[in-house]
Amino acid sequence: MSAGGRLLIRGGRVIDPATGRDAVVDLLVVDRAVAMVGAGAADACGNAEVIDAAGLWVLPGLIDLHTHLREPGYEYKETVLTGCRAAAAGGFTAVSCMPNTDPPNDSAAVTRAILRKADEADLVRVYPIGCITAGQLGQRMAEFGDLVAAGCRAVSDDGRPVMNAGVMRRALEYSRHFDIPVISHCEDLQLAGDGVAHEGAVATRLGLKPIPAAAEEAMVAREVVLVCQTGARVHIAHVSTRGSVALLAAAKAEGLTITAEATPHHLTLTDEAISGFDTSTKVNPPLRSEADRAALCRALAEGIIDAVATDHAPHGLADKDLEFDAAANGLVGLETALPLILGLVAAGACPLHRAIDALTWSPARILGVPGGRLAVGDPADIAIVDPNEEWTVDPEHFFTKGRNSPFRGWRLTGRVRATVVGGRIVFRDGAIVAAAQR
Amino acid sequence: MSAWTRKDLLGIEGLEPAEIREILDTAQTMKEISTREIKKVPVLRGKTVVNLFFEASTRTRVSFEIAEKRLSADSVNVSTSGSSVSKGETLLDTARNLEAMRPDIIVVRHGSPGTPHLLARRLACSVINAGDGAHEHPTQALLDAFTIRERLGRVAGLTVGIFGDIAHSRVARSNIHALSKLGARVLVGGPPTMMPPGIEALGAQIVPRLEEMLPQLDVLIVLRIQLERQGGQLFPSAREYATLFGLGRERLRLGRPELLVMHPGPINRGLEIAPEVADGVSSLILDQVTNGVAVRMAVLYLLSGAHRGATAADAVRGAA
Repeated sequence: MSAGGRLLIRGGRVIDPATGRDAVVDLLVVDRAVAMVGAGAADACGNAEVIDAAGLWVLPGLIDLHTHLREPGYEYKETVLTGCRAAAAGGFTAVSCMPNTDPPNDSAAVTRAILRKADEADLVRVYPIGCITAGQLGQRMAEFGDLVAAGCRAVSDDGRPVMNAGVMRRALEYSRHFDIPVISHCEDLQLAGDGVAHEGAVATRLGLKPIPAAAEEAMVAREVVLVCQTGARVHIAHVSTRGSVALLAAAKAEGLTITAEATPHHLTLTDEAISGFDTSTKVNPPLRSEADRAALCRALAEGIIDAVATDHAPHGLADKDLEFDAAANGLVGLETALPLILGLVAAGACPLHRAIDALTWSPARILGVPGGRLAVGDPADIAIVDPNEEWTVDPEHFFTKGRNSPFRGWRLTGRVRATVVGGRIVFRDGAIVAAAQR
Repeated sequence: MSAWTRKDLLGIEGLEPAEIREILDTAQTMKEISTREIKKVPVLRGKTVVNLFFEASTRTRVSFEIAEKRLSADSVNVSTSGSSVSKGETLLDTARNLEAMRPDIIVVRHGSPGTPHLLARRLACSVINAGDGAHEHPTQALLDAFTIRERLGRVAGLTVGIFGDIAHSRVARSNIHALSKLGARVLVGGPPTMMPPGIEALGAQIVPRLEEMLPQLDVLIVLRIQLERQGGQLFPSAREYATLFGLGRERLRLGRPELLVMHPGPINRGLEIAPEVADGVSSLILDQVTNGVAVRMAVLYLLSGAHRGATAADAVRGAA
């Protein structure tokens, strides 16, 4: 940014669901925060650096509730640095990273190590998520107090459900002391068995071991009951079934403190995608039926699904270039999330403002972090998007280390042109802007 | 002259009915070779076939091996239990190493569905699926269709039942594809714990109870119950399965007198099929085994490319 810390984003369509603003206006940033939106911003800009946003959309920076940065322990899959680059390229100004690293993020030492790496990367904001249980073993509670003091904003045993309902009940109660959300990966391991694909006609045809929808729904139902019991804030990760949506709708109608996310891949793909045994389509929860996908879209549109979260899960070739049963679960999502969701909007499946809210203000509120909104005084975390640019997904050109995208070769519409974090341009026109160049 | 152009045989699902008929017709020619005093023709002389088995198998592996030898191929057996990952070498590394020794055909059996498809995409040599998890077992379905056609003169218009553990059976899936493509009506049934959702989409009709299915059938295929796999979750005991779902003499009488009984083997005598039925006049079980060799000879022959420019009859006439 130029001297004086001023940046003028001129002539873009500012779409900000949290304030209800949707208008072609100028936006002025001063000292890392939104200083003025609308008439007068251009006159007050002084010697500001100017981004010409004519024909572009100016959105609050996207916030991802569910990212796997893989560091420490799995640096061959991703590092905090490469994950932050992928985030910036996807229009994300903040990511919250899951604790299933090695060692897992169940201690302040690991939390601080992740945050130090994030400081060094100096690109997007990183909000670590701590473990619910020590070592993600589902037995003894992790030290929430230490984790929160070190910078964790939520707890989760993502990748592994807390199977013991008694342990979960106490963890939920204890979480209230810190007012943090507990993010639940809902999967009854006995019902899921050694399944690798959604139980339905496709898995039957392919002979793949099935995972019933009930494996997710049984645990969503348990969490609803435990929220009733404890009054804790529970956030359901990667909802994938119609039945889960119905449970959430009922819980929300009761006014329970439960929120939920869905991923771009569960909103856009079905189990038909696994037909060629492409391991980049192997993910947990599995890609479900068209009826499930359609129910998720309706729930997103209605706000029963609060947020879109990527579950960005980069893997190395060694994890994925295997027989289907042996391949790791997960796919990369940060660099395709926004255009996939805009595609749903274009198809009429979700109103634009709801879709943007699900990627910005909703996750900010769930996590209790600043950003996700462009009101005066808010951090200048901004995504500038060309809503009309068409491009072809080529994972070889991703910023993430992961190449495991089921969207390889897809034509998408909508591309991030620039990402601004705290008033500084971190990504512009296809390239990361390193700190020294800012 | 032959129309066969595929590099691999991965399953029945993607085959055209004409391709299935071509394999069966070729197998008809091949079957005669096994009746000769010198059971060998030089059709695959100089070709190398690797039998790569990641799952235990006696019948299928021996059947392929005999088929290969009767066609004069050089065959090598590689058996490895468990997944290659656990041994520190990936499946693809194992396959690439084998391919570096220039085999012409790899016959693969693996517990994970889609594994032959993965190999076929990556390897230049031909791949034959000898069973991939619960997905497909194409040569079994082909030999079953061959056996039915041999005995009854046709497949089209027949009603064939498949009974037992449909959910975990690659034989059921390949047979549903093969028999329905050849014009048969296929009924499937079994205990509710063994009926997978959406099986009708493959071309079968669900008739859950054996008693209800039997009177409608020309042929019944009884599936093997994998006692070791089910751990008490699919049915309570062998005793109860035999009583409620097994094909005994009494239950067989519900079928027409000319009903034929098949089983892909190995059979559990007294469990899914009573000894008197397995050894009775209705049983085609050993015909299936005999025909398995002929069908596998036909598949090897067609995939090897030796048929180009010749008919199978020409190829085997100049024999040994």
